[in-house]
Amino acid sequence: MVNLKIDNIPVEVEDGKSILDAARKANVNIPTLCKHPDVNPSAGCGMCIVKVGGRIMRSCCTPAAEGMEVITNDAELGEIRKTVLELILSNHPNSCLTCARNGECELQDMASQMGVRSEEIRKILSAESIDDSSKAIVLEPAKCIVCGRCVEICQNTQNVWALSYLHRGMATKITGANDTKLGDSPCIKCGQCAAHCPTGAITDYDTTNQVWNLLKDKELVTVVQIAPAVRVALGEEFGFDFGSNLTGKIYAALRKLGFAKVFDTNFGADLTIIEEATEFVRRFKENDNLPMFTSCCPAWVDYMEKYYPEMLPHLSSCKSPHEMVGAIAKTYYAQKLGIDAAKIKVVSVMPCTAKKWEIARDETMSSSGYQDVDVVITTRELAKMIKQNGIDFASLAEEEADNPLGEYSGAATIFGVSGGVMTAALRTAFFYITGQELGNLCFGPIVGLDAVKMAEVDIMGTKVRIAVVNGVGNAEQVLEEIKTAQANGEELPYHFVEVMACPGGCIAGGGQPKVMGAEFNKPWGINDKIRKLRSKGLNCEDEKATNRLSHHNDSIKKLYSDFLGEAGGEKAHHLLHTKYQKRPLYK
Amino acid sequence: MADASLGSQAAAKWRKKRGSLIMALHEIQDVKGYVDWSDAVELAENMDVPLARIYEVLTFYNFFKLKAPGKAVISVCTGTACYLKGNDKVLEKFKSELGIDEGESTADGMFHLQCVRCVGCCGLAPVCVVNGKTYGRMTPENVPVILNEWREVFKEN
Repeated sequence: MVNLKIDNIPVEVEDGKSILDAARKANVNIPTLCKHPDVNPSAGCGMCIVKVGGRIMRSCCTPAAEGMEVITNDAELGEIRKTVLELILSNHPNSCLTCARNGECELQDMASQMGVRSEEIRKILSAESIDDSSKAIVLEPAKCIVCGRCVEICQNTQNVWALSYLHRGMATKITGANDTKLGDSPCIKCGQCAAHCPTGAITDYDTTNQVWNLLKDKELVTVVQIAPAVRVALGEEFGFDFGSNLTGKIYAALRKLGFAKVFDTNFGADLTIIEEATEFVRRFKENDNLPMFTSCCPAWVDYMEKYYPEMLPHLSSCKSPHEMVGAIAKTYYAQKLGIDAAKIKVVSVMPCTAKKWEIARDETMSSSGYQDVDVVITTRELAKMIKQNGIDFASLAEEEADNPLGEYSGAATIFGVSGGVMTAALRTAFFYITGQELGNLCFGPIVGLDAVKMAEVDIMGTKVRIAVVNGVGNAEQVLEEIKTAQANGEELPYHFVEVMACPGGCIAGGGQPKVMGAEFNKPWGINDKIRKLRSKGLNCEDEKATNRLSHHNDSIKKLYSDFLGEAGGEKAHHLLHTKYQKRPLYK
Repeated sequence: MADASLGSQAAAKWRKKRGSLIMALHEIQDVKGYVDWSDAVELAENMDVPLARIYEVLTFYNFFKLKAPGKAVISVCTGTACYLKGNDKVLEKFKSELGIDEGESTADGMFHLQCVRCVGCCGLAPVCVVNGKTYGRMTPENVPVILNEWREVFKEN
């Protein structure tokens, strides 16, 4: 441990912590634009300067030392910081009014806080054009302040290596290798770059206008569904505490926006579990391409198709829950209500940018005869639509979803958090194998934010080994472990593996809100504290649910008996399963 | 396809040494004069280094060229002595005569123009070097003479 003083406040921190860490522990705010709790310091912005023994240094990358006396604030430091900020602003366009991050931008906030009222430094703006080629994430180089968070996240956290620094100095730009457009790069559209960008340089591909156009067309029956993770994050945009579960209010808001029917992706999650548990039990018994990997996360699927094509047979063939809802809405539901499926349009509200890509990833995404899901908007985009229409979200009375595509179990709601899909699948797989219900419905070791979580589940004397990978950057070690075991003819380390591409799971997806909160004095958007609060929101709903098992969802049972037939059967396969293909890293 | 194997050769040699990406890139450029997409892709695959990292290195260092340079590489010294002695004007003359900017090559592939910092003979300032041949006490008037000299060299070949 190291003892030091920050502005005369004594503070003790672990060895290796920076002065900035120490200051945060002492509740002293040092302004920064590049340092984010999720990434290593890049010493990029120069805002976090402090004085130690009269010398000025960057607090983010200077280790705290024993006996240090740090001054974080005086007139000179303030003046230098303001100049540094003015230099950054001299390379940044003044298009705040029409920027996607207007009102939740760290640079804008900093300019306001520092009282910048004029621009003395001649502006030099990047002439680079906008890259929206991925149709999921938009890169606007002119708004980049080269803080490096996105590169750190893309390369080191996610291990995807789509984004990189090209050139140096004033010419530095963040883009793909050799200037490759994101859509032609290894990008898996997870959106963690957008979730961490302090400005509007990386944002989601805005499809709200497509939704407004659908809602305007009175000939259409436009239905909507919300993903599990949306319900515990949307409230942040309207002043609710982090992790507040506002399902009922969100349903009400969606009806106010004009959606004809409000469904829940959680219904699709229960349906996914029926199919996926059936598939797992069969594959487990037949020892067919084990371990089986979950397939709900499109960014993970994209990663596999690009980085590990030789292991594609290990992926479950199940579509993701919202795709299942789309397929069922345009077949079963259309028939049930006697509506022409061509007139049904499905909008998915997702915590995810990769889902925007997923809806057209191949022809199995049009199993109903139409594209099963028409438009995906993120949680952030839904918040914008609600605000745009002047809906007083906080005062909305709670409503219910429309049945039958609205009923869900506790197992479905935890799909949004790392370990949740595995937990839900095991509850049902246990029942399928033994005919009995699990005594303990949670598997302690696979809960939480650890990189790779492992457990062994005893199913009537058979040990099922499971792994849960939290963040796609941690998948490589598990995949290599499996490959090594295969190559050496050893016993497989796992039978069933869950992967969610975003650290923490969908609750911290690339499309989730990035707002300021009282206890988080910067719009950092996401950190482990927020991950835990949102996870808690979903886990609480599961704990309190009257039914916590997907196979006891009555609407699902009815769907099978009236329409699908057997789980894993031919009709279910056509509508609810997909296939995979090798994709090149670079086009 | 002779070029394509350059990447794998360089990779085979340097793969086992940590942090030797730059050495492998040097090796490719030494042989071929530049490092193109196919070299970089091959290096990435064989050295197990992400392509993004390779381009970070390639674009960070001015030394590396991504396209084939001209046959005659003109290096104009803009080190302190040469600069003060008027090499900035010589550089401008090369640019206007060739119709290219520094770091670029002429469309016919004949000339490549680049700036270097000190070639180690400040006594001859201002200095230019073309394919290893040093020209001292340069003036803008010398520029067309030197260009014609090299045009003749390549005409003979």
